[in-house]
Amino acid sequence: MKRYIFRRLGYALISLLLLSLTIFVFVRLTGDPTVLLVEPGASRADIEALRHDLGLDRPLWVQYGAFMRNLLRGDFGSSFYYRAPVLELYLSRLPHSLLLATTAMAFSLLIGIPSGVLAAVRVNGWGDGAGKVFALLGLSMPSFWVGLLMILFFSVYLGWLPSSGSGTALHLVMPAVALGWYFAAAHMRLTRSSMLEVLGSEYVKLARLKGLPEALVIGKHAFKNALIPVLTLAGINLVIMVNVAVVVETVFAWPGIGRLLYEGIAFRDFPVVQATVLLGGVMIIAVNLVVDLLYAVIDPRIRFQ
Amino acid sequence: MSTPMSPSASPSRAASLTLAWRFAAFHAEGFPVLPTLILLVLVLTAVFANVIAPSDPEIGTLGERFRPPAWQVGGSEKYLLGTDHLGRDVLSRLIFGARVSMVVGLTAVLFAGAVGTALGILSGFLGGWVDQVIMRVTDTWLALPALTFAIFLAAVVGPSEMNIVIILGAVYWTRYARVIRGEVLSLRERDFVRLAIVAGCSKWTIMRRHILPNVLNSAIVLGTLMLGVVIVTEAALSFLGVGVPPPKPAWGLMLADGKKGLMAGYWWLTVLPGSCIMLMVLSANLLGDWLRVKLDPQLRQL
Repeated sequence: MKRYIFRRLGYALISLLLLSLTIFVFVRLTGDPTVLLVEPGASRADIEALRHDLGLDRPLWVQYGAFMRNLLRGDFGSSFYYRAPVLELYLSRLPHSLLLATTAMAFSLLIGIPSGVLAAVRVNGWGDGAGKVFALLGLSMPSFWVGLLMILFFSVYLGWLPSSGSGTALHLVMPAVALGWYFAAAHMRLTRSSMLEVLGSEYVKLARLKGLPEALVIGKHAFKNALIPVLTLAGINLVIMVNVAVVVETVFAWPGIGRLLYEGIAFRDFPVVQATVLLGGVMIIAVNLVVDLLYAVIDPRIRFQ
Repeated sequence: MSTPMSPSASPSRAASLTLAWRFAAFHAEGFPVLPTLILLVLVLTAVFANVIAPSDPEIGTLGERFRPPAWQVGGSEKYLLGTDHLGRDVLSRLIFGARVSMVVGLTAVLFAGAVGTALGILSGFLGGWVDQVIMRVTDTWLALPALTFAIFLAAVVGPSEMNIVIILGAVYWTRYARVIRGEVLSLRERDFVRLAIVAGCSKWTIMRRHILPNVLNSAIVLGTLMLGVVIVTEAALSFLGVGVPPPKPAWGLMLADGKKGLMAGYWWLTVLPGSCIMLMVLSANLLGDWLRVKLDPQLRQL
């Protein structure tokens, strides 16, 4: 167990190191990164000063050391537009992103799990067919287009929902559905295949042989066990949702970190863009680590691989 | 004669029957006829865009802004699907948009596929530290949210059609590398590879002559499935203003422009470009799913 934990921690550390190296290399790949990191319209003296601060005259590995030192101290640079440390901005936007992602997740599970169970219980029935069509559409309609269509229908034509902004629960409905749409399809597919696997297992056969009513077999014995992989995926997807909401947050002017990233591009505020990518990567590496460790606790087979 | 059919006609009838039978057999295997036709039409549209398009996609008439499609009140025959905020013909922009999506989508998939397949083969066949380095990079890059990573790269290199292809390639090669490496690991243990080693073939020859042909099927299947992902990513990048630069007619860019008329209810600017994206992605996905089952039974559970 200990060996597994250390190895897995080691992999996570290497990933973090490679992540920072990737960002570092790409920023310097285009030549002079001061162009990216200095405010548009900065004076020559300012540019020279920054160039010296970044130590661009020193060897690359020294530069990387300085870059890493800053990151480890939590210094992700300052936003040109907001005149504030990027980390502060990021943390102030994070609660909005979490609220949106949790709501979107609730929506996707509410749609995905029941339709997945239905599709598995009646394989090749009409429910399964409808589910397949839904999954295909979910995976083929870009989330931001779904958002725009909803604005057109529910805000412009019907006038039921506010088209942008935040504050009330009504503001949350459309962004959450637009963001959860794709994931609902993914969760449906996994629920279906997971249910099918459990329904074919020995203990479900036994439950049936005992003469339990079908509703109990499915509801009590099969469903609970089929839920484990779905909830694992949901946990990972929650973190992913926080990080892929850029387009949806832009469409609905939702003040989360996706919107921050968009403002970063729109105002050529490079430190913001860089920090958002870095922190997103860190979050996902962390959640993968947690899931792997939890699985090792639950399932001894993984520990001894 | 009681029968109107002359004997000489029967061979051709038989031939057409075989053809029909073949078509039916194809159909029975679930060949996605409609998606293939849609993709074919889109390819032809892309190739002959300058012949089909009724007007210039990039130059509009400011006096004709926000015209609805021809069948609505205020629409004109000249602009079948209406005009946008600069008075540009939507139909022509959609037609040229197919070209942008196809060119960017196909080249990006080929680029990502070539890099990913090559690195996957190297990683799987050579093993050792090469494998470790490539796989650690792959894992890390797979952990980055694709769209965020693409936005970061776009912010670094700046927007242009060429750069979009490079960015999409850089973001998506990891998906190929992971799958192809797995395939190579099992191929490496097969007899024909071991015999080639015994026969004294160089590593390079084995990878090129024995490994590559055996992983091509998987690469093709993945490529078809990736086409949809790549096109959606390109649309999202263009929508955010870091993809194909305006005034080029890209579907994602059209959706961004369409936002300007959204609150006024100019539906055609939002519904039409999005439908094109969906149609293309849906067709690519359906074709990819069929190819997966057909070409590569091992990938079925993916």
